[in-house]
Amino acid sequence: MDTPKKNLLSTQLDLSKFVKATDEEKRQAEVMSESTTFFRDGMRKLMKNPLAVGSIIVLALILILIIFAPMVVPYSYEEILSVNGVRDTAAKNLAPFEYSKMEQAFIAEGGKVFPHIMGTDELCRDYFIRVVYGTRVSLFVGIFASLVVLIVGVLYGAISGYAGGKTDLIMMRIVDIIYSLPDLLVIILLSVVLRETLDLTSVPLLSDLGTNMVSLFIVFGLLYWVGMARLVRAEILSIKENEYILAARSIGAKPGHIIWTHILPNCISVIIIATALQIPSAIFTESYLSFLGLGVALPMPSLGSLANAARQGMQSNPLKLVLPATMICLVVLAFNLLGDGLRDAFDPKLKK
Amino acid sequence: MAKYAIKRLILAVVSIFIICAITFFAMNAIPGGPFNKEKAATPAVQAVLEERFHLNEPVGKQFLIYMGNLLHGDFGISLKTGRDIWQTISESFAVSARIGFFAMVIALLIGIVMGSLAALFRNKLPDRLIVFFSTLATAVPSFVMASLLLLIFCIQLKLIPVWSTSNQNYVLPVIALSLYPMAYITRLTKTSMLDVLGQDYVRTAKAKGVSWYSMIFKHALRNALIPVITYVGPMTASIMTGSLVVETIFTIGGLGSKFVESITNRDYTMIMGTTIFLAVLMVLVNLLSDLVYKLVDPRIKFE
Repeated sequence: MDTPKKNLLSTQLDLSKFVKATDEEKRQAEVMSESTTFFRDGMRKLMKNPLAVGSIIVLALILILIIFAPMVVPYSYEEILSVNGVRDTAAKNLAPFEYSKMEQAFIAEGGKVFPHIMGTDELCRDYFIRVVYGTRVSLFVGIFASLVVLIVGVLYGAISGYAGGKTDLIMMRIVDIIYSLPDLLVIILLSVVLRETLDLTSVPLLSDLGTNMVSLFIVFGLLYWVGMARLVRAEILSIKENEYILAARSIGAKPGHIIWTHILPNCISVIIIATALQIPSAIFTESYLSFLGLGVALPMPSLGSLANAARQGMQSNPLKLVLPATMICLVVLAFNLLGDGLRDAFDPKLKK
Repeated sequence: MAKYAIKRLILAVVSIFIICAITFFAMNAIPGGPFNKEKAATPAVQAVLEERFHLNEPVGKQFLIYMGNLLHGDFGISLKTGRDIWQTISESFAVSARIGFFAMVIALLIGIVMGSLAALFRNKLPDRLIVFFSTLATAVPSFVMASLLLLIFCIQLKLIPVWSTSNQNYVLPVIALSLYPMAYITRLTKTSMLDVLGQDYVRTAKAKGVSWYSMIFKHALRNALIPVITYVGPMTASIMTGSLVVETIFTIGGLGSKFVESITNRDYTMIMGTTIFLAVLMVLVNLLSDLVYKLVDPRIKFE
């Protein structure tokens, strides 16, 4: 007994009883995860969300369809069917993959007629290409309107949040008032007025869409940005209290520079999520207006106006209503789910 | 509270004024007066008409006269039918209000029940089903829903007769109108119920042996419903705008279809009157739901 007897409750350790860890055991103790950026981490989470991945695939398929279908299908959205240069007046309301008598005769003679995948409408136009163009228009309007909201909302929110004080107070009172206006009613009103007063014949792209769509963009620029402005302002209010903002200010950086390089990158996730969720709501609004007859100018189709036009012949041709309706639901659903997925993946507040 | 209420009231009055101003000046911006028709009246008749409707006054004064008339409940007369607008609005609104009211009640009842069920059975089959259907329902615009309902139940299955004055069947329009708010309320109730169920006081209630029934109804649900109140305002707006298309589809002669009719007919005074009426209604409901919300939730601080 050369070592003194240990007290029963002593915490003194007997080093000789310890065993050195093997290399493998050491490796197990390494808990460092792979270094990753915020964006890559979010994308990884997004890709693990089956609903989000599903909606990305659906949207990609729709995108491929609306880009390539007009190249493959030989008809255009306003073209009244004709065979050999003769107008085919019997090609009204054909069922999918049905040929009119003239086309059948033409095929019997050895000619080739591209099948009408979704039949034709009451004006002898190929319905498939109209649905494709309708989807194009609806998507374009949705995305463009969201961009308008994005730009106006971020600018306004950033200025208001960064300036603070009286400026912020006044700017936010204006937002409150705009927020309390019934937006759809104002859109209807403006569409009614602008279709009488606005002359767009000289502007190429917009004149095809018609004054109603321009008024839709105007109203989105005037009214819908308030939600985005509030979000951005709230983000900026908390971000601008950080030390690095103080540091940037103390070395004399200009406000615009600070907002652009130091603040906005930190609220990019909020902005992306809000924009993604804005797109389906814009598509909703557009289809609603088109349904009321205040949408895109004829003969340009949109999903809403196609559904509206199909109501008259609903009894005999239910498919004409179901097809554009399904398309709207599909697009809106995909964007909604994608937006939810983006929020789950990118919103730092939801991190556990 | 009083300070907040006054502030909120002022905001509401300002918005109503702005709406009236936008509506009036927008309608005035449309070229051509109301009496410039194909059959030109003699200058003398024209002058009398303009005198009668104050069209010879400057626009600013016209606006003041119009606002004054509005405060007396005088919305003017329709350009197309010559009927009194206020009378048309009040008659047709009775129909719309009934349908809208049913739609709101149903949306609230079913939405709250489904949302609570989803929260209580979190990540189990009922929750998944409810989430699935509410996600689906938020992606279907009301006009699509209304058209499809009409197609399936009236035309294909012939279960429900098409709307007529003698046979007023509310079922389909109410379903079409209530589906979207119902789905939204379901999601709202679910999140707030989950939040409440995780609170300490619910755990305390459980720990002291409160029955499951009274824990849900007395402790959890009552608090979980507070956020739903804020949605009543937006829900009214959504049902009102939805009624424009739903009433047109089901050919119901409510205010919604009258509004759409006046848009297609370019009946500008009617558009003006209806817009102002609907907008004021929306602003008032919003104001009311905000005030009630502050009243029932004492936690909210008044700025």
